[in-house]
Amino acid sequence: MTVLLIFLGATVGAPLRYLTDQAVQSRHQSLFPWGTFTVNLFGCLVLGGLAGAGSAVPAPLFALLGTGFCGALTTYSTFGYETVRLTERRAYFAAAANVVVSLAAGVGGAAFAYQTVHALVG
Amino acid sequence: MPDQAASDEALPEKSRFAEVPPLVEPIDPDVDLRVPAQRSELVRHHGPVLGVIALGGGLGGLARYGLAEVLPTAPGGFPWATFLTNVAGCFLIGVLMVLVTETWQAHRLVRPFLGVGILGGFTTFSTYAVEIRGLLAPDTVPLAFGYLAGTLVAALLAVLLGHAVTRKAVSGVAAR
Repeated sequence: MTVLLIFLGATVGAPLRYLTDQAVQSRHQSLFPWGTFTVNLFGCLVLGGLAGAGSAVPAPLFALLGTGFCGALTTYSTFGYETVRLTERRAYFAAAANVVVSLAAGVGGAAFAYQTVHALVG
Repeated sequence: MPDQAASDEALPEKSRFAEVPPLVEPIDPDVDLRVPAQRSELVRHHGPVLGVIALGGGLGGLARYGLAEVLPTAPGGFPWATFLTNVAGCFLIGVLMVLVTETWQAHRLVRPFLGVGILGGFTTFSTYAVEIRGLLAPDTVPLAFGYLAGTLVAALLAVLLGHAVTRKAVSGVAAR
C-alpha cells in the first residue's frame, strides 16, 4: 500500500515539475534556473509543513504527499546539472547564486513551514 | 534580475558549448491554447512526454524509497540514504546529458523518461532540506552543515565525474 501511494504521488510530482519548469523558464530570459528553484522551494515548504504536523499526518498521507509527491516534485540532479552547466558557460556568479539562494530558501522554507505548522497543530 | 547583465557578459561569444542546445526548449509557442483544436494538438504532442515523465518519476520515487528502507537514518544521524540517492542521481545525469546532447541520437522520449522522470523522481531536494532542518539542533549543528556542504560538493563533483567518464568512454569507442 505504501509503495503504491509513493508511486502515485511521484507520478504527479514529476510531470508537475516539468510543466512548472516549462512555464517559468519560458517567461524570462535570465540564465538563472528559476523553474527548478520554484519547484524545489515549493516542495520544501510542503514537506516542511508535513513534517511539522508530526503524527497529525497519517502515515499513508505522508507516503503519498511527502515521500511520493514532494520527493519527485523536487530534484537534486537537475539542480546539480544546471549549476555545473552555468560554470561551464562561465556564468560563475549565476552558478554561485543558484547554490546559495536554493539552499538558503530551501532550508529556510522547510524550517519556516515546519515551525508554523508545528505551532498550529501542537 | 540584477545579475542578468553580468551573467550574459560572462558568456564567451563562441564557447565550446555553443552547439549544445539551450537549457530551455520552448513548448510549442505556435499553439494558441484558446483554440480547442490547437489545445488537442498540444495534448497529442505532449501527452506521451508527460506520460513517460510520470512513469519515470514513479519508478525513481520507488527506488528512492527502497534505498531509504535499506539504509534507515537514526535520529541525529547522517542521512546516508538521501546523500547516496542525490549523489548517484547527479552522477547519472552527468552521464545521461553527455550521451543525449553530444553523442547519441536518442528518441525524443529518452531524455524526458530517464532524466526528468527517473533521475528527477529519484533525487530529492525537499527531503534534503527537511533533514538539514532536523539536524539543526544544539548537538548536531556541525552535522547539519556537514551534510549540507557534503551533499552539495559530492553532487557537483559527481556531475563532473559523470561528464568526464562518459566523454572519455565515448571518445574511446569513437577512436576504435
